[in-house]
Amino acid sequence: MKLLLAALAFVILTPVVCGLLAGFDRIITAKMQGRYGPPLLQPFFDVLKLFEKENLMVNQFYHSFYLICYLVFMVASGILFFTGQDLLLVIFAFTLADIFLVLAAYSTNSPFSFIGAERELLLMMSAEPMLLIAAVGLFMATKSFKVGSIASVADLNTILLLPGVFIGLLFILTIKLRKSPFDLSTSHHAHQEIVKGVTTEFAGPSLALVEIAHWYETAIMLGIIYLFFAGNPVIAVSVVLVAYFVEILIDNTFARFKWELTLKSSWAVTFIFGGLNLIVLFIIEKVKI
Amino acid sequence: MAFIAFLILFPLLPAVLLLLVESPAVRKGIIIISAIAIAVISVDMAFAAPKNAAQYVDSAFHYLDNILIAGELILACTILYLCRNLPFKKYWIPLMVVLQTGMILWTELSGKLHDVKTQHVFFYDNLSLIMAVIIGVIGTLICVYAVGYMNQYHHHHHEIPDRQKLFFFTMFLFLSAMFGIVFSDNLMWLYFFWEITTLCSFIMIGYSGTEEAVNNAFRALWMNLLGGLAFAIAIVYCVTVLKIVELDDLLNSGKSAAIILPVVLIAFAGLTKSAQFPFSGWLLGAMVAPTPVSALLHSSTMVKAGVYIIIKLAPAMLITIPGTMITSGMMIALIGAVSFLACSCLAISQSNAKRVLAYSTIANLGLIVLCAGVGSYLALWAAILLLIFHAVAKALLFLTVGTIEHQIGSRDIEDMHGLISKMPRITIIMLIGITGMFLAPFGMLVSKWAALEALAVSDPFLPIAVIFGSSATLFFWGKWMGKLIAITNVKSDAEGRICHEEWFVLSTLAAMTIAICALFPLVGTYFIEPLYGRDPILNKEHIIMVAILLGLVLLVPVAFFFNWKKLRNAEPYLCGAGIKDNFSQFTGSLGTKEWKLSNYYLEKYFGEAKLFKLSVVVSTVLIIITFTIVFYGAR
Repeated sequence: MKLLLAALAFVILTPVVCGLLAGFDRIITAKMQGRYGPPLLQPFFDVLKLFEKENLMVNQFYHSFYLICYLVFMVASGILFFTGQDLLLVIFAFTLADIFLVLAAYSTNSPFSFIGAERELLLMMSAEPMLLIAAVGLFMATKSFKVGSIASVADLNTILLLPGVFIGLLFILTIKLRKSPFDLSTSHHAHQEIVKGVTTEFAGPSLALVEIAHWYETAIMLGIIYLFFAGNPVIAVSVVLVAYFVEILIDNTFARFKWELTLKSSWAVTFIFGGLNLIVLFIIEKVKI
Repeated sequence: MAFIAFLILFPLLPAVLLLLVESPAVRKGIIIISAIAIAVISVDMAFAAPKNAAQYVDSAFHYLDNILIAGELILACTILYLCRNLPFKKYWIPLMVVLQTGMILWTELSGKLHDVKTQHVFFYDNLSLIMAVIIGVIGTLICVYAVGYMNQYHHHHHEIPDRQKLFFFTMFLFLSAMFGIVFSDNLMWLYFFWEITTLCSFIMIGYSGTEEAVNNAFRALWMNLLGGLAFAIAIVYCVTVLKIVELDDLLNSGKSAAIILPVVLIAFAGLTKSAQFPFSGWLLGAMVAPTPVSALLHSSTMVKAGVYIIIKLAPAMLITIPGTMITSGMMIALIGAVSFLACSCLAISQSNAKRVLAYSTIANLGLIVLCAGVGSYLALWAAILLLIFHAVAKALLFLTVGTIEHQIGSRDIEDMHGLISKMPRITIIMLIGITGMFLAPFGMLVSKWAALEALAVSDPFLPIAVIFGSSATLFFWGKWMGKLIAITNVKSDAEGRICHEEWFVLSTLAAMTIAICALFPLVGTYFIEPLYGRDPILNKEHIIMVAILLGLVLLVPVAFFFNWKKLRNAEPYLCGAGIKDNFSQFTGSLGTKEWKLSNYYLEKYFGEAKLFKLSVVVSTVLIIITFTIVFYGAR
């Protein structure tokens, strides 16, 4: 029953919270660029307006099947996370959801979407190792893969044991939030060389689904960041907000990377910060024994 | 015990009959009837047999030894006969045959066996039963598929002489030998069946008789004979030094350091058979054979024999090598890790569908070897789950590639662009196979999950390798799926030409791929738990979560039939580029050009030229180190 309530709360609250977060994001970004910016509730107006629009589509598959799967599995992955299930399973469901977005783009057979889809796969390949390493790292620090028990065990010690993993995770957070320099597959702004990449062909309600799914995606990623500080909710929420602010800052100060640099840098960061952190942690524990 | 005899001996009957029968209709009848018989008996046996401890069959039949000697001689002579026109003077191949057969015959005839306990010949436990079901069901399905496939094959390739009689004879002999391997307790018999599979794979890879096929067949032969040689040395060592000739005695002999050498030798044979680096070349070369052969080699036979023996030896590989701090299992696990990581990356650079599948096979076997090398019960759990799921999904994928190749005349993934429009049903079957290989909540991912949780307990090195490797698999499967599902609206009637046998086998395997995900908790509870205890992966919460995900995957397609309001069709956005009537033509200032969409292959980073050689070197060094420290320890 408690789990059911948690799941329900997640499903209902996430769009509200992450929509607001996106609103703040746009205001702050505008301020950084010296613009006035939209009202706080603009992301909600956008989505509502998209639902009002005509459903223009290249074929029925991507809208009625792949994109719905994208949303459904993103929500499912979030539910698994916020009800405290196995972190690895959360990540696998998360990947599954993302694959459906890629498939939707492929199925349109449009050149821009196609290249966007290839790049999105590349981004997934870049980000996935760090996510899994973070799961293994949290396991080594807390002796559990379950989000629930990680959250109850995690304290200040957790972040002291896993500083490298946390830095690596912040690095790929940029990928997952689709922020520059890693917005190669699709961007929040339609000024890309491949138009809107993955989302080029999605219009009206289809695009609204993608937007909503992205809110859930953001919630899961920030949730994983939260997990490192779960012992103290105040610190944890502050860290999450600071991390998000840093992402906005990076978004506005970096030029877009090419795919080669993206793959190389993220695998290098994953290995150097994430991998070595795990190895050092292992050695420390061996020495202790 | 009768079923062991049945499963080993019965396939020989259709094998011999198929060698004699000329008529295609009669051949088809024989294959289908015997396939049903083998499949039914193997499944029935798995359900009927007691599941708690290994059961042994004593050697009641006095002449068994003589049969073995005769068999060995026939086998050696056959291989020597086939070696009569060796390419490039590979004279070491017959030399290896003579050497290892000589060793085995010497052991048999020199009387060394008199003071060795020879009680059990055959045995079965739950692992054998699982293997038997895989061989009996998937192996025979592939035989049935081959009936239709081989007719079309010869229809497409007139230049290749029709040797179907030999082909089907070899297939059934292969099945018999595989049953022999999984049921043998006596190492001599195990070795005998082991060598039969080497011979069968040699015949099948060289089936088409082209220069490439013959070369690749000989490569497969020498690599596997090298494994056989190691196996033979292990037997001689066991008999002369340890006074042991049975597998269970070897495994239960008090975990002394003396058994390390033979165990590593047999594990080495397992590595060659399961095409781990540095021996991966033979499995890639085996692609020249007709597709059912690839399916058979990759899914239910041959390579699975290799990982079977390594899983079997896992407990014995946990013994610390004297004078060092490491176990032989650690070294084997490292070789598996190299194979998994390298092949997952190499597959990215391939556009030939069969090569992608081959690399993926080696990678997954690498993961199994890795888990077996780690040897904890949880890791072995993961290894067996991988073994089961991989067999089903990989057989399915190879066979669909074979069918598609016959229809579109290519096995290149680039040519499969928009296949869902041309051949929707086959493509959906193929998509099921691919999702089965890399997406949650399907089998392979459940096993990777189990593997990661099992490995994370001991050290972070192997999990890091597994994590990077499995991220690479995501990329190449993802882009393959993308190619298939692009909707081009080009219609074709190609699907109508696929014969009934192929349809039957493909849809059965697709159904099995899905069903086995739903049934895996049962397989775990009834078959794996008695072997290795309970795995926390199998707790109720996890099963429910996987079931929910599976339910979602199966239910969401219903949304497709929901009637969406205000749908309007549009052409893809092309920035106003000069596209007139034909979507695939672009008209610019330099005239009209064809354009097409092509996948990324990241040749520069994951290309074969560098990465393959590097992996061969690294794994060879690892093997040399392993043997050096084992010899050092044994001294």
